[in-house]
Amino acid sequence: MIRIELPQHLRTLARVKGEVQLDVNGPATMHEVVDALEIKYPMLSGTIRDQSTRRRRPLVRFFACGDDISHLPLEAALPSQIATGTEPLIIVGAIAGG
Amino acid sequence: MSSVRVLAGTRKGAFILTSDATRRDWEIDGPYFAGWEIYHMKGSPIDPDRIYASQTSGWFGQIVQRSDDGGRTWNTPGTSEEDLRGPDGLPRGRSNDFRYDGIPGTHQWYDGTQHPWEFKRVWHFEPAHDSPDHVYAGVEDAALFESNDGGKSWRELSALRNHDSGPKWQPGAGGMCLHTILLDPANAKRMFVAISAAGAFRSDDAGETWKPINRGLRSNFMPDAEAEVGHCVHRIAMHASRPQTLFMQKHWDVMRSDDGGDSWREVSGNLPTDFGFPIDVHAHEPETIYVVPIKSDSEHFPLEGKLRVYRSRTGGNEWEELSHGLPERDCYVNVLRDAMCVDSLDPCGIYFGTTGGQIYASADSGDSWNAIVRDLPAVLSVEVQTLR
Repeated sequence: MIRIELPQHLRTLARVKGEVQLDVNGPATMHEVVDALEIKYPMLSGTIRDQSTRRRRPLVRFFACGDDISHLPLEAALPSQIATGTEPLIIVGAIAGG
Repeated sequence: MSSVRVLAGTRKGAFILTSDATRRDWEIDGPYFAGWEIYHMKGSPIDPDRIYASQTSGWFGQIVQRSDDGGRTWNTPGTSEEDLRGPDGLPRGRSNDFRYDGIPGTHQWYDGTQHPWEFKRVWHFEPAHDSPDHVYAGVEDAALFESNDGGKSWRELSALRNHDSGPKWQPGAGGMCLHTILLDPANAKRMFVAISAAGAFRSDDAGETWKPINRGLRSNFMPDAEAEVGHCVHRIAMHASRPQTLFMQKHWDVMRSDDGGDSWREVSGNLPTDFGFPIDVHAHEPETIYVVPIKSDSEHFPLEGKLRVYRSRTGGNEWEELSHGLPERDCYVNVLRDAMCVDSLDPCGIYFGTTGGQIYASADSGDSWNAIVRDLPAVLSVEVQTLR
């Protein structure tokens, strides 16, 4: 089970409060996590990854175990603490704008 | 008794303002989608409870929202519990998938080089006349999409973007947006669109083919001022009873066509400045039109700090200033292209929103105005529904 902290706007869009918890098929990677997230919460489709390129949106960042993993390949294995749910995967909207 | 419902999209959410037919006292609901840019909301002409909203964000991209109860509740189409229980099963979530048809190709960039087409957001929804589930979307980078399932999925009407002139289209300061969609109520196959900065286009076969309709436009910022495309058309408007007659607010110049856009002539007449963004037509008088003159393209605010609507009762050329109830001084707001509309009550109501967060309404065809709300976020779009 993977724990995910979503940014406020995406929590509102998905109508959830607090952390989201989900299971992924196969190895825990960002692609698998976002795939599982979009199946459970289809209204989030395209909000984290671009619909056509499947790349991370430029102003969305991923944090795991205190590290910014935004620039790791989306196919890279997530840290074991994330895969086991010991630590939450944090998805944030970059601080920008007004 | 009749009533009106104003749908206001702003930089930080959507607001719904309602009143009875007197249009004196208003109830204001919102913000909906707080913190998101709401570029446009529009209701179906068949079912006014069906409303589409374009919710966008630089962070999280495009969201399509739909209400089936007049704006009280909203859903992203295709993701309701009912949809998810449907025979197609999971996953859905295609309502914000605006994927260009084929390999998108390139258009002209600000520096004259070619730049790939990239979807950014929906600027305008235009619900069709035949079904509440049939709706068009005008998007940035400029293209036209169509949904026949209430916004659950979209397909591009790609003949427009694939027109031979496509590589010559270029973005205006606000981006390369398809911002205006006009559907001919008497001819389901005819539609008009306008793109900044490409110009106006017409289809006579429901979007299968398109023709640039910019003859008569003159844009001095272009190497060829009368080129087939490249004009920064800000808005076009049409009266339902005269679909052959179109009115246009261009970057500079107010224009008119009486042959479905095949040719245009200038009708700026005695306007104090012919720069502006919105233009609209009185609901019951096809020759009465409204614009909001703005000082210039480098100073996007009214002349002398006085907010004014100008009305022509002669289809252009002869304009009168409408100022009663509008700010007389120190007003430096703008009125954006999709931020003016008319209701169909009698007398006709006119509405417009400003980048300063005010929405002004006139219940007497523009003779007098009142701010029905003053301190919203910057207003991007205003539509009104007349409910009977």
